[in-house]
Amino acid sequence: MAQLTHTKAAAAPRDPGAAAGTAGPDRAGGADRRALLHWIGVHALGVAAALFFVLPFVFLFLTSLMSDQQALTRDLVPDTWEWGNYAKVWNTPGFLTWWRNTLLYAGLGTLLTVVSSVPVAYALAKFRFRGRRLSLLLVIAMMMLPPQVVVIPMYLFWAKQLDLSGTLWPLIIPMAFGDAFSIFLLRQFLLTIPDEYLDAAKVDGCGEVRTLLRVVLPMAKPGIAAVALFQFFCAWNDYFGPQIYASDNPAAWTLSYGLESFKGAHHTNWNLTMAATVLVMAPVIVLFFFAQKAFVEGVTLTGVKG
Amino acid sequence: MTSTGTSSGIATGITTGPGPVAPPLRAKRRRAALRTAAFMSPWLIGFAVFFAYPLLSTVYFSFTKYDGFRPPVFNGLDNWTYVFTDYPLFWPAMRNTLWLVVVMVACRVVFGLGVGLLITKIKTAAGVFRTLFYLPYLAPPVAATLAFVFLLNPGTGPVNTLLEAVGLPAPGWFTDADWSKPALTVLAVWGVGDLMVIFMAALLDVPKEQYEAAELDGAGAWARFRHITLPNISPIILFAVVTGVIQAMQYYTQPLVAGKVAAGVIGGSGQQFEPGYPDKSTLTLPQVVYNVGFQRFDYGTACVVALVLFALSMACTALLMRRRGGLIGAGD
Repeated sequence: MAQLTHTKAAAAPRDPGAAAGTAGPDRAGGADRRALLHWIGVHALGVAAALFFVLPFVFLFLTSLMSDQQALTRDLVPDTWEWGNYAKVWNTPGFLTWWRNTLLYAGLGTLLTVVSSVPVAYALAKFRFRGRRLSLLLVIAMMMLPPQVVVIPMYLFWAKQLDLSGTLWPLIIPMAFGDAFSIFLLRQFLLTIPDEYLDAAKVDGCGEVRTLLRVVLPMAKPGIAAVALFQFFCAWNDYFGPQIYASDNPAAWTLSYGLESFKGAHHTNWNLTMAATVLVMAPVIVLFFFAQKAFVEGVTLTGVKG
Repeated sequence: MTSTGTSSGIATGITTGPGPVAPPLRAKRRRAALRTAAFMSPWLIGFAVFFAYPLLSTVYFSFTKYDGFRPPVFNGLDNWTYVFTDYPLFWPAMRNTLWLVVVMVACRVVFGLGVGLLITKIKTAAGVFRTLFYLPYLAPPVAATLAFVFLLNPGTGPVNTLLEAVGLPAPGWFTDADWSKPALTVLAVWGVGDLMVIFMAALLDVPKEQYEAAELDGAGAWARFRHITLPNISPIILFAVVTGVIQAMQYYTQPLVAGKVAAGVIGGSGQQFEPGYPDKSTLTLPQVVYNVGFQRFDYGTACVVALVLFALSMACTALLMRRRGGLIGAGD
C-alpha cells in the first residue's frame, strides 16, 4: 500500500487533468479521444519497430536480386531482377554438400539428443535419489560451459585418439550422451506433469519404462518439440564446432561454416553472398512458421517458469 | 552407487530403524538404485567424457608447454604469468568483454523490455507484430553477421546511404575500431526476440488489479511502470542481465565473422588471420582460445585463457542460481 500512496504523490503534479477530467461532464468523449490517441501512438511505435526488424531482411533480399555491377553501387532496388543469382549459388560446387552435412548434423544430432535426454530429465524430475540436487547443479554448470573451455582436450581426443577430424562425428556423437540444456529444459517441463498420473500408471502395473513411454511422453510432447527445435537450430547455426573439426575438409563443411568461405571466394559479389545468406536463413524461418507455438513456449520455459 | 530410489520418508525409517533391513526391502532399494542409474546413464557418461575429463585435462595442460606433437612438459606457472603480463591479446579481449557487458547487455535488456512492453499494448494485428519482432532472433548468426557487414558497409551500404540522405554522419562501422563494437551492438539488438518473449510473458503475469487500483488513485503511466511493473518483473530483468553477461563473455561467432569479413580474410580452411579486426576491437576470450590453440599451437597458454573464461562463466552462473532459487525450484 505504501507503494500506491507514493504513486499517487508522484502522479499528481504530472497529470492533474486526468483526475479533474474524471469528474467532468465530457468524461466519455475525452476518454474516447485519449484511447484513440493512445491506439495511434502505440501502433505508430509498433510500425517503427517493425521497420527496424524487417528492413534488414528487405535490403538483403533486394541486393540478392541485383546484377553483379549494381550490387557494388548505392542503389537500394534492383534495376533488373536477377533471379538467376539463386541458381548460381545453388549450383556452386559444394553448396549441396553443405546442405546434406547440415541436415545430417542437425537432424541426427537432434534425434540423438532427444532420445538420450528424455530419460535423464525424467529421472531428475520424478525420481528421488541421493545426489539428485548435485546432478542438477552439474547439469546447469555444463549448460553454461562455453565450448571453448574444454575444446583443446576434446580436439586432441577426437583428432589424435579417434582420428575423426575432418568429419562432423565429433559434434554428432556427444549428442547421444544427453545435452545439458535439453535435459534442463525437459526437466522443467516434466515437473509440471502431476505425480498422480504416474502413480495411476504404476497402480495399473506399468514399470518405469512403460510409464515413461505410455504416460509421460504423450504429455511431454510440447516440451520435446521445443527441445528438438532448439537443438536443430543450434546445430544449424553452429560455427565453432565445424571450424574446429571440419575446417580442413570442405566436404564436411556445414552451411553456416561454408557461408563465410562463400563470402571469401566471392568477395566482390555482394549479390551472390546475399543470395547465399537468404538460402541459409530461409529454412530456419520456414521451420519457425510451422512450429511457432512450440518455439515461443520453449523460450518462455527457459526464462520464466522454474 | 549408494543412491536410494525410495522416497525419503522410507529411507530415514530404514537408516534409523532397529535391526537388519528385511531382504525384500533391500532388493527393492537396489532395484531402484539400478533403475536410477540406468535412466541417468547417458548423462553420467557424457558428464565424465565431455565435461569432467576435459576440464581436468585443461587444468593440467595449463601448467605445461604443449604443442600437440611433442608430449607436454611441466613448466609451472609460466603460461599463467605470460597470459596476465605479456600476452598481447588477453587484456584487449578482457576490455572488449567489459564493454560488451556494460553497453551491449544494457542495450539489449532496455530494448527487449521496451519491445516487450510495446507488444503487450498493441491490440491490432498483435500476432503479426510479434512474429516480425521475433524473426531476426532466428537468423543464423553467420548469416545475420554477413547481412549486417553488408548493411553497415561504409561505402555503399544501405544504412550509410540513408544516414547521409538525412544529413547524419556516416561512421565506418565494422571497419573502424571505435565503431565496430557499436555495430555489433546494433546486430545484437536486432536479435532481441528472445528477451522480448520472456519480458512479454512476465508483463502479462503482473496482476491486473494492481494497475486498476493505481489508476483509481490517479497514477500516470510512468508512475504505474515505475511502482508496479518494475517491482513485479525485477527477477526477470535480473535473469536477462545475468544470462546476457554470460553470453557476452562467450561471444564468438558474430565478432569473429564480422572481423574476418570486414578485413577481407578469405574464409574457410585453416588460413592464418589476425583476430579482432579492426585493431583488436572485436577480440573476445573465446577467439583468443582459438587463436592461441589452433593457430599458434600453444595449447598450454590456450588452456589458461580457457580457464579464465570458465571461472568468469561459473561465477555468473552461481550468481544466477543464488538469486533465483527458482531456477532449480519446484520439487526440491
